[in-house]
Amino acid sequence: MNKSNKQAGAGSSGTSRRERTIDIVNKRLEKRYRKEKRFRLYGMLSIIASVLFLAFLLTSIVSNGYSAFWQTYIKLDVQLDPDMIDKEDPGRSNYQGIIKQAIGAYYPEVKDRKERRELYSLFSSGAAFQLRDEVLKNPAVVGTTLSLWVLADDDVDMLMKGHIKRNVPENERRLNDKQLQWIAKLEAGKRIEERFNTTFFTAGDSREPELAGIWGAVKGSFYTMLVTLALSFPIGIAAAVYLEEFAPKNLATDFIEVNINNLAAVPSIVFGLLGLAVFLNFFGMPRSTPLVGGIVLMLMTLPTIIIASRAALKAVPPSIREAAFGVGSSKLQVVTSHVLPLALPGMLTGTIIGMAQALGETAPLLMIGMVAFIVDIPGGFTDPAAVMPVQIYLWADSPERAFVERTSAAIMVLLAFLISMNALAVVMRKRFERRW
Amino acid sequence: MQMTAEEKDTNKVAAPGGASREIFLPPERERVKDGGRPHVSAKNFSIFYGDFEAVKKVNADILSKYVTAIIGPSGCGKSTFLRAINRMNDLIPSCYTTGTLMFDGEDVYGRYTDEVQLRKKIGMVLQKPNPFPKSIFDNIAYGPRLHGVKDKKMLEEVVEKSLRKAALWDEVKDRLDRNALGLSGGQQQRLCVARTLAVEPEILLLDEPTSALDPKATAKIEDLIEELRGSYTILIVTHNMQQASRVSDYTMFYYEGDLVEYAPTKQLFTNPRDQVTEDYITGRFS
Ligand SMILES: Nc1ncnc2c1ncn2[C@@H]1O[C@H](COP(=O)(O)OP(=O)(O)OP(=O)(O)O)[C@@H](O)[C@H]1O
Ligand SMILES: [Mg+2]
Repeated sequence: MNKSNKQAGAGSSGTSRRERTIDIVNKRLEKRYRKEKRFRLYGMLSIIASVLFLAFLLTSIVSNGYSAFWQTYIKLDVQLDPDMIDKEDPGRSNYQGIIKQAIGAYYPEVKDRKERRELYSLFSSGAAFQLRDEVLKNPAVVGTTLSLWVLADDDVDMLMKGHIKRNVPENERRLNDKQLQWIAKLEAGKRIEERFNTTFFTAGDSREPELAGIWGAVKGSFYTMLVTLALSFPIGIAAAVYLEEFAPKNLATDFIEVNINNLAAVPSIVFGLLGLAVFLNFFGMPRSTPLVGGIVLMLMTLPTIIIASRAALKAVPPSIREAAFGVGSSKLQVVTSHVLPLALPGMLTGTIIGMAQALGETAPLLMIGMVAFIVDIPGGFTDPAAVMPVQIYLWADSPERAFVERTSAAIMVLLAFLISMNALAVVMRKRFERRW
Repeated sequence: MQMTAEEKDTNKVAAPGGASREIFLPPERERVKDGGRPHVSAKNFSIFYGDFEAVKKVNADILSKYVTAIIGPSGCGKSTFLRAINRMNDLIPSCYTTGTLMFDGEDVYGRYTDEVQLRKKIGMVLQKPNPFPKSIFDNIAYGPRLHGVKDKKMLEEVVEKSLRKAALWDEVKDRLDRNALGLSGGQQQRLCVARTLAVEPEILLLDEPTSALDPKATAKIEDLIEELRGSYTILIVTHNMQQASRVSDYTMFYYEGDLVEYAPTKQLFTNPRDQVTEDYITGRFS
């Protein structure tokens, strides 16, 4: 009895100890789960925060910018009196005068010179060029009355888009009461409407917002990127291959490696100063051109490309090299027929990311004069040109309300390019990726 | 001291690792043409990784057209020695050698030796199969193409011949254009053997070729070695004592960088001269 009691006691103390260990384990587990949960929560919160910021940024850009893709046009009945057209050179006729006549004809009640000037200012100075193009395209219209949709001035455009309020005191808006009346007459006659803004996609920069377009900057960026790509891709890859595959490992190459890594972190404006000193002042290359801009951006992207390419080369498994050496390949053959093809996707990704960086870069280009106001659309590498981010910077700096929406629209175009470049990088990685 | 043809006939030749030991020829197999001459011979040959001497002053002749097994505990320098023969260690910057290693009377580490030519003559198969991420055909044809075979017909012949030799032909003949990475581990290993054979080497270095394979695939590789015996000089590193005794004519036993014993396989396994060898092959340590 006594004995069995003891046994029972011993047994129960044994189980209770076991329970206790389980309790401790459970408690620890619970703590671990809690920790993990908290960690996940932090991660999710930061993701949500960044997504919100991004969404806010995008909506603000889009809501500001989408209206720039539309532009107000006014229908004018233009009487093309043959006497007013220069017989020898129709391009040199006084189209400004013809337009003014046509405007006057629609508003016979406006006689006063000052009022007339205010009236004319509702129409863009581009209207005369539109008329000229029309006449040059089809000389048969001379002598007839042409119904032409001409560009409205940016103030009218802003009014139609609601950025200028009609119901504020006269001295607080850019259009006076009389001008509003004239516009009302156009509206009543269904002679004013919003149309797709082709000018924005086909014109270069201009002081007049309604005549300003992004095409000059797009082409400028294109030429600049072409120079950057043509220089930095071969140089970057050759440097990476040499450093990774051929260079002896010694103090000199270590030094070079450290410096390449440092260069990647150098503020980009420094490259601009370098470009100014070396390419413009020393070599006397032409200012504001894609050629110099491309070279300066090349200096900036090279470290990125070299670092990415070296990482890609390092990621090629050594067993592939051994296999290639094993059947009697020379070093060069191993590199060209095995290592390079396998590393190429990574190298391309690095290059595209470097190019995307360069595409959005402004600071170094300001130093080499690419900030100039350039109306002409560049036709080559040595024509003065603007690039997209610089164009955005210039427009953002302009006082006219109409440039605000053009700034946002230009940002949208730039973003579209950047996103498609990154998408290209992803597609390439997916397509060429190898599994080991 | 080298093993020469005359000495071989007397059945008493100088042993590696010093004059005091003697080794005997393996029991007579079929006499092979051009067999039994020193194909690779090491004299006071040491291999260093930086300051660390991984292989210490080895003296040995590896006989042509025979299969020589290299055994020893992990880290004793087997792979290092094997890789030194076709200068694969050149890829490791800290690695250098002293002493001489002759291949067919030519100094492997001589100043004028071209390691690329050398590797063509001394093929190697590693422990882990390492096919190129290309088609099966291109894997085999890569070597011959590299050495100038351009004709499509000839390449096809070489590929078939090599795959047949490696006992892989029947399994892959219908899918030569598929990626080699889709093969099983054992098939990949035989593919690597075929790839090596396609450049027609004189020596075949196999570094634990079966350690990643199951018994069935292992048996296939062993059959393959049996098949190739007499046509190539074969050096095989293995941890599997049975395998060494099954496939090899001679066996080298390394211990901590020393070549402790080098003898005909039968003799080494039945009557080892060194206490350490005996301890190792009886499994007293590993
Ligand atoms: N790249 C290297 N750098 C420095 N030391 C190395 C290197 N490779 C091997 N060693 C050293 O050399 C010695 C021999 O290595 P080795 O690879 O030849 O051994 P092993 O006999 O093949 O062993 P295992 O049976 O495990 O493959 C080991 O001590 C190892 O640590
Ligand atoms: Mg090894």
